[in-house]
Amino acid sequence: MSSGNGGLIPLTAKDFKSDQEVRWCPGCGDYAILNAVQGFMPELEIPREKIVFVSGIGCAARFPYYMETYGMHSIHGRAPAIATGLATARRDLSVWVIGGDGDMLSIGGNHLIHTLRRNVNLTILLLNNEVYGLTKGQYSPTSERGKVTKSTPMGSVDQPFNPLSVAIGAEATFVARAIDTDKKELSEVLRAAAAHRGTSFVEVFQNCNIYNDGAFDFVREQKENRIYLRAGEPIVFGDRGVRQAEDGSAEVVDASTPGILVHDPSHVEPSVAFALSRLTFDTVGATPLGIFRSVARPAYDEAVADQIRLATEQRGEGDLKTLLHAGDTWQID
Amino acid sequence: MSSKPVEHLDRVIIRFAGDSGDGIQLTGDRFTSETALLGNDLATLPDFPAEIRAPAGSLPGVSGFQVHFADHDIFTSGDQPNVLVAMNPAALKTNLADVPKGGMVIVNTDAFNERNLQKAGYEASPLSDGSLAGLHVHEVALTSMTVTALKGIEGITSREAERSKNFFALGLMLWLYHRKTEGTLAFIEQKFGNTPSIAEANTRAFKAGYNYGETSEDFAVSYEIAPAHLAPGRYRQITGNGAITCGLIAASRLSGLPLFLGAYPITPASSILEELARHKNFGVTTFQAEDEIAACGAALGASFGGSLGVTTSAGPGVVLKSEMVGLAVMLELPLVILDIQRAGPSTGMPTKPEQADLLLVLFGRNGESPVPVVAASSPSQCFHAAIEAARIAIKYRTPVYLLSDASLANGSEPWLIPDVDALPSIASPFATGPNDGDLFHPYKRDPDTLARPWAVPGTPGLEHRIGGLEKEDVTGGISYDPDNHDAMVRLRARKVANIAADIPDLEVDDPDGGARILVLGWGSTYGPIGAAVRRVRKAGHEVASAHLHYLNPFPRNTGDVLRRYDRVLVPEMNTGQLLKLIRAEFLVDAVGYNRVRGLPFRSSELAETITALVER
Repeated sequence: MSSGNGGLIPLTAKDFKSDQEVRWCPGCGDYAILNAVQGFMPELEIPREKIVFVSGIGCAARFPYYMETYGMHSIHGRAPAIATGLATARRDLSVWVIGGDGDMLSIGGNHLIHTLRRNVNLTILLLNNEVYGLTKGQYSPTSERGKVTKSTPMGSVDQPFNPLSVAIGAEATFVARAIDTDKKELSEVLRAAAAHRGTSFVEVFQNCNIYNDGAFDFVREQKENRIYLRAGEPIVFGDRGVRQAEDGSAEVVDASTPGILVHDPSHVEPSVAFALSRLTFDTVGATPLGIFRSVARPAYDEAVADQIRLATEQRGEGDLKTLLHAGDTWQID
Repeated sequence: MSSKPVEHLDRVIIRFAGDSGDGIQLTGDRFTSETALLGNDLATLPDFPAEIRAPAGSLPGVSGFQVHFADHDIFTSGDQPNVLVAMNPAALKTNLADVPKGGMVIVNTDAFNERNLQKAGYEASPLSDGSLAGLHVHEVALTSMTVTALKGIEGITSREAERSKNFFALGLMLWLYHRKTEGTLAFIEQKFGNTPSIAEANTRAFKAGYNYGETSEDFAVSYEIAPAHLAPGRYRQITGNGAITCGLIAASRLSGLPLFLGAYPITPASSILEELARHKNFGVTTFQAEDEIAACGAALGASFGGSLGVTTSAGPGVVLKSEMVGLAVMLELPLVILDIQRAGPSTGMPTKPEQADLLLVLFGRNGESPVPVVAASSPSQCFHAAIEAARIAIKYRTPVYLLSDASLANGSEPWLIPDVDALPSIASPFATGPNDGDLFHPYKRDPDTLARPWAVPGTPGLEHRIGGLEKEDVTGGISYDPDNHDAMVRLRARKVANIAADIPDLEVDDPDGGARILVLGWGSTYGPIGAAVRRVRKAGHEVASAHLHYLNPFPRNTGDVLRRYDRVLVPEMNTGQLLKLIRAEFLVDAVGYNRVRGLPFRSSELAETITALVER
């Protein structure tokens, strides 16, 4: 293991590769994401020892082992909870949470939504492949209805989650989406996510070439279906554009139609961001990518630290002897 | 003071009982505070329903508070009250059976109307049908005298006036037992000062109650209980949960680690979260999580970052934390998990004590995952138990369970406040550099403690990954090697077993050294066992006792101690959990005394059981 450099010498992607052999299936979308993250890390200009990757269980959750930073591969679903404690106790760290759709939206759904509403200073990457990979191919909470898998031979009957709709509904302050193989856009999104104070939530469409190959081909391969969201610019893609219908939902129309939405991720009200999150393969065939929502709200860890500071200012630093002698005391001689 | 005759008593047990909205707990607390200030030894036991406001006047809605005080050192809150203060028929009905013949019963006659009698299931008034024969009954019109005393106070509704009756009762009881009143008057001012009319009402009701005792012919004598001869020093009254709070803050100071509490509200542990949240100026972070799992997870995450991670709960929450405790076993990071036990299974009886989580915390995890277990034995002992749990967790990089229960949590006793400067350091340094040439191996152990290095994020050069997958010995890399797994399972077990060399021996109380019977306890049975043993000895028998504060590992001399006696009796508020362990571990043919009534043992029942064994 190489020694840390305290941030003095510029780091490269290589500095973030651990000595562990990467063991995802050949062709897995996770490789591309790992490369993008390792390639982006030096840009943070944060020394490696100040970076922590926390994961739960699943294919995506192996991620920390491959990063030459501090890391914890924890329990299925619990990474947001563990990272919350770490990031609250250690505000000097850059804490990243990585997991899959089963990890974060099924067994860990509760932790995810509460982490988002609290706005702890974390960056959460949800690698969504719409299937359980590590347990070998059962349907997941993001699998489309009717999905035939080993556990659903007649097709799944439950409605899937839309991860971005969940995040926006859970009061997330930063919500974005990218595609595993779209390195440029993924790096852009990572950059913005890392810069955001509070919880950043990034969904990455990740191809599982073994159990759910081609799930995102409609936007991964058919690039005309990519709706790149750019702050301050009209939401158009090719000759089509997005406008808000009378009922508040977003609809795809001819780009020349009046009233095309101008993207504003900083809008305090999440309604439009939510409407955009409803544009999916199922609804319009095309899918928005980029930053849906990025608003400022005090981060949880900051507020916690403020209260500790305030309490200390008001009452002075706690004195153990005074604490033990609080209330009525009496002397026995 | 009083012009009436005074009788001297060596000890008294009073039980206040009334509707859960009657302010019984507050009345009991105040009486206890005045008693503590007089230098009596004391022990209290609040007993209240889980419902915040059960239907008024109903049997399930009765709230009780028992205080035992004496001119000598005592062990428990007492078996049977000498005095019962019953604020309504339901309170009388649920508590009367506990009052021995010749005991005193003070009833609020105003509450004995037809409706309340009916709610309590009385067909005729027990005040007139002879059912209180053999008792010294004082019929006091508490409510109406309170209302009369409060006449003329502006801004007080008649309902509010009636509500002050608990202060009338308190005043009367303080007179009856020669307690002082200044502390309570100051308390009223401090607590109700923001609403002057209420403060005035409570003050008047309190004084009226005190004066009623002085002037009423119904109370012919008053009682005095001399101060107890306790060890010299400064004392305060403390509950178990209060002592745990102080202990955790002390552990933070003694270790130099910031305290991070992850918790989810649950009876009877919540007051630790609430109390710690008031002490942020000690650098304490309290995190009220979305669930028990996250509470434990956040604490473990904070530990990874170099905090003293603590999570508090009771049985129904502890079961949810199991997977995270298992991860902490694998990660070998410090974590303190408090289980303030209550009667189970499932939701059980949330406010009632039980000791039935012992096997859960020892074995309730998947795989071979040994966890040290410390158990507190009295409200004030919770302070040292908390420090001890933290010490072991930090030194050995391991999760540690601390067991308390509902009776310790809410019960109180005088506490000889320890000298802060005399408390030993429990600090254990973080790793600061490589431990094998240029390399850092996160699972290279200290040869003495077998603890692994604690390298916290932010330390340059020690970047490493840990997780729930089996580790290769030394390097901590992922390993599926069969022999490595076998070795690691044994290493983790040995690390915990070796803690036995770092804890005190089991102390035996066997004054004459001739006892053939040993009573072995753990947890909150300490008080009842101590009192029972004293009784048996007073009756001329020899009996030894020992109390375990460490349930894993056991003190090194445990087997020797147990084998020294013909018979070992293990009283537990479960169906025989420690009993099972010591029979399995030491092949000792011990016998149990087991009751799961959601109440502490009575020392009398234990004394009878011990006597029967001794005389056999």
